Amino acid sequence: MTALLALIRRDIRIALRVGGGALIGVLFFLTVVVLMPFAMGPDLALLARLGPAILWLGALLASLLTLDRLFTADHDDGALDLITMSRTPLELSCAAKALAHWLAAGLPLVIATPILGLLLNLDAGATAAVALTLLAGTPALTFTGMIGAALAVTLHRGGLLLAVLVLPLSIPVLIFGVAASEAAIAGPSSFGAPFSILCALSLFGLVVGPLAAAASLRQGLD
Amino acid sequence: MTLIDLANPTRFLALTARALPWLVATTAILLAIGLYQSAMAPDDYQQGATVKIMFIHVPNAWLSMFVWAVMSLAALGTLVWRHPLADVAAKAAAPIGAAFTFLALVTGSLWGRPMWGTYWEWDARLTSVLILFLMYLGLIALWRAVEDPSRAARAAAVLTLVGALNLPIIKFSVDWWNTLHQPASVMRMGGPTLDRAFLIPLLVMALAFSLLFITLHLAAMRNEILRRRVRAMQMIQAQAGKPQA
Repeated sequence: MTALLALIRRDIRIALRVGGGALIGVLFFLTVVVLMPFAMGPDLALLARLGPAILWLGALLASLLTLDRLFTADHDDGALDLITMSRTPLELSCAAKALAHWLAAGLPLVIATPILGLLLNLDAGATAAVALTLLAGTPALTFTGMIGAALAVTLHRGGLLLAVLVLPLSIPVLIFGVAASEAAIAGPSSFGAPFSILCALSLFGLVVGPLAAAASLRQGLD
Repeated sequence: MTLIDLANPTRFLALTARALPWLVATTAILLAIGLYQSAMAPDDYQQGATVKIMFIHVPNAWLSMFVWAVMSLAALGTLVWRHPLADVAAKAAAPIGAAFTFLALVTGSLWGRPMWGTYWEWDARLTSVLILFLMYLGLIALWRAVEDPSRAARAAAVLTLVGALNLPIIKFSVDWWNTLHQPASVMRMGGPTLDRAFLIPLLVMALAFSLLFITLHLAAMRNEILRRRVRAMQMIQAQAGKPQA
């Protein structure tokens, strides 16, 4: 347990202190959102209608962008071999690393959402709904993304392949995230059902992600 | 005879060399019968002659999912039993499955043009088959990205199993998304409601396509085994040739 806590603390510290830290992901998220009005025109009504979708797409891309940091640096400096050889089960270490990654890269996206909601002309209720769905859904993105990161860690040209492998797997999260936000804002359909499924996807990812990532790390490193 | 007996590639090659001519002949005969029956099948009272696309389209769509199931079994063989031929089977199946999925998409879109008036509709089934196609391509890209075949096999096996877990979820969520965005506008062709005049050619074609897959798969596995032997021989030769050079 202390080993896992130490691992989480170390990963968060590295993520925050090295290379711009968590803010790079938020900056990317902001840039994607700022690009949207240039592509679609500065029509506030249109932006408000598409706001949840834009925020979800931006968060999806931003969390994809930071994924390769999950294992690559540790693989390069040899820390990953130590983690693999330690007495802590690799599955638990993977789950701890994913949790640390989410705290350092996923949570800032959720916190930034209210400010970005202002730019997209979303009212307070809508912004809160989107932030809540992002809070429930971004762990699922991290956990499914971790599988791709573990598969791509031993490849030298892994970046683009990582995106190709991970994006199809994240379609359900996107569907239910946007569905829940839109149901909360306008829709006649209920908010509860898609939101519960979103939470279920995150829990499902928590089980499958570390198992699959540990399996592919164990197979790939030897 | 068990699966273990097949673990020896030489024995596998000898067995398939004997079986393949028969498989090819049976596939060709069944395909000919199926195509003849499909051509002779009556026109639909609503869709006219275009209904005959179904006899090609539906078997392709079935096989697109069946091949992923075959690859998942092979992935279990790679990860659990370390069966030496399992990764060969998985690698050989991926491009064939991608081809079947692609054909299902193309024939579906050609069928959709006269029926729905559009080549592409964001219908739940079409969308999930398209995602399946993307996952096939990602898997093939992963196979190509790793040079060492046995390491590529294990990475691809993990991805195949994750995909097998995720495909039902994707299918379910696309269905949900579709009912949320647009009401059912597309005609449905339920299996049991199909008339016997259509059902029998369809089943013959499905059987013929399954045999076609088995034939192509065995042939591709043979090629893969031979390709690995050539690679090993080239490496031995390169090592042996080094001192003189």
